[in-house]
Amino acid sequence: MNELAIKDLLYKLADDQLILGHRNSEWTGFGPILEEDIAFSSMAQDKIGHSLAFYTLLQDLGEADPDTVAFTRNANQFHNSQLVELPNGEYDFSLIRHFLYDNAEIIRFEMLSQSSYEPIAKVATKLKGEVKYHVLHANTWIKNLGSSTEEAILRLQSSLTEAIPYALSMFEPSKFEQELIESSVYAGEEAVKAEWLKRIQAVIEKTDLKLPDLHTIEPKFGGRHGEHTEHLQPLLDEMAEVFKIDPTAEW
Amino acid sequence: MYGGGNVFEATKFDNLQTEDPAKLAEFEARIAHGEKIEPNDWMPELYRKQLIRMIEQHAHSEIIGALPEGTWITRAPGFRRKMAQMAKVQDEVGHAQLLYSAAETLGKTREQMLTDLINGKSKYSNVFNYPAYTWADSNIISWLIDAGAIVNQMANAKGSYGPYSRALERICAEEAFHLKYGHDAVVHMATGSPKQREMIQAALNRWWPPIMTFFGPSDKMSTHTETLMRWKVKMASNDECRQQFLDMYVPKIWELGLTVPDPKLKKNMETGQWEYTEPDWDEFKRVINGDGPCNAERLAVRRTAEERGAWVRRALLNPKAKYVKPLA
Repeated sequence: MNELAIKDLLYKLADDQLILGHRNSEWTGFGPILEEDIAFSSMAQDKIGHSLAFYTLLQDLGEADPDTVAFTRNANQFHNSQLVELPNGEYDFSLIRHFLYDNAEIIRFEMLSQSSYEPIAKVATKLKGEVKYHVLHANTWIKNLGSSTEEAILRLQSSLTEAIPYALSMFEPSKFEQELIESSVYAGEEAVKAEWLKRIQAVIEKTDLKLPDLHTIEPKFGGRHGEHTEHLQPLLDEMAEVFKIDPTAEW
Repeated sequence: MYGGGNVFEATKFDNLQTEDPAKLAEFEARIAHGEKIEPNDWMPELYRKQLIRMIEQHAHSEIIGALPEGTWITRAPGFRRKMAQMAKVQDEVGHAQLLYSAAETLGKTREQMLTDLINGKSKYSNVFNYPAYTWADSNIISWLIDAGAIVNQMANAKGSYGPYSRALERICAEEAFHLKYGHDAVVHMATGSPKQREMIQAALNRWWPPIMTFFGPSDKMSTHTETLMRWKVKMASNDECRQQFLDMYVPKIWELGLTVPDPKLKKNMETGQWEYTEPDWDEFKRVINGDGPCNAERLAVRRTAEERGAWVRRALLNPKAKYVKPLA
């Protein structure tokens, strides 16, 4: 099996979880209600834990240790989609992103739990049980707020429209796409996207929100091969601020 | 994390003149027997008022306390610290949630308490008006401020009000993990590279004066709290808590080769009491009344969070209300 293809897949999964986990953790102390503060913090812990699990698989394939990989690379070495690096904005944007992202992530994990590459299958099987609760959280809140006050609906609609081009970039195919599909490591981005669309539509139909016509939208591709918005590098600088004081030290 | 001890009003005998003497006697007898008072039980107004004030201040201290440490979540060095710091600060916010619920059983809503916080009407632990300049400051908070909080909260967990006492038992169990986490982080710094040792000593120097005021003014100058002690609202005096803290933690600080920045600090072997430079109580009063390095910033952050989240709370409370656009 092509190790480069596996590594590419693992970096994509790990970097997405790390960066969104980091963003979610920025809500700690600032949530609209304490319960949401706690929920975002809890999901942040899960996501960063998931990224560590994938970085550990990468280390098993000969990459550097997880701390070095996460805390010392520059933005152009990250494989996350641009969706996860965008600033939190207001709660409506963070909630919409969480909804769009986790509904895709659960499908990825469900599919990967059937992967022919056993180490990924094992990790995905374990982690999908946690992501299930993230999806439940997102869908519940979208249903509640998405059919509540006009103010809430307007906010969520505007965030949904803003986030969609970035959300579509989650499905940017990798250059190893065909190979991964043929070797049954991964079902591929098109398969994830088709299922994702069904699931988010089912939730959105229960609200007063409208999904924009996806055919007319240009996805913000680039993240999977190191092209990022101006928001990622400052996030990484902040993350590594203490670590880089002395990368050889034990903190 | 809460030091408490510093914000009780003097209890006046007058406050009790209006209470039914028979009910008051029965209430006091129950407390003397070690019974817990529950939300629907009869209680003197003064008891209710002081408890709301105390639990509310404790809850505020948890969410405001999450700010200086929360700053370091996104900067924590390495996965191990990043995940632990997140979990730790999340616990503190969870404590606030528990405590607001306990205070609500006495008749004040969470929304009202948060409004009083951002208006500056109710207080929180004074130490959080000081900044956490570096990662090392955050470690000192996790270790020593949480240690102080445990001393205070273990005492208060034995208090007479059922919901508060039960909340504190759960909180103390979590704080015990925070203490281990904080100690572990400080040990790594204190036994690490010269730069790390320098950072942790500097943080200890900055935090020692606030830590010494954490339990509130010296008993010599505190307002009289005999009634509150008899009612098991206040369980230990400020100086008792301070002495217990020094007894437990000064040796551990010395063990790490760190210097406590107080040349007068020593244990008097004859009296068994710690002697120290009297903290600057004038500064303490100034800071608690709003003139500290971070008071304005902490409240501004909280106020912004409340304002930015208001639409969510409106939507939750009134799911079908229509937004009326201004005419102009």
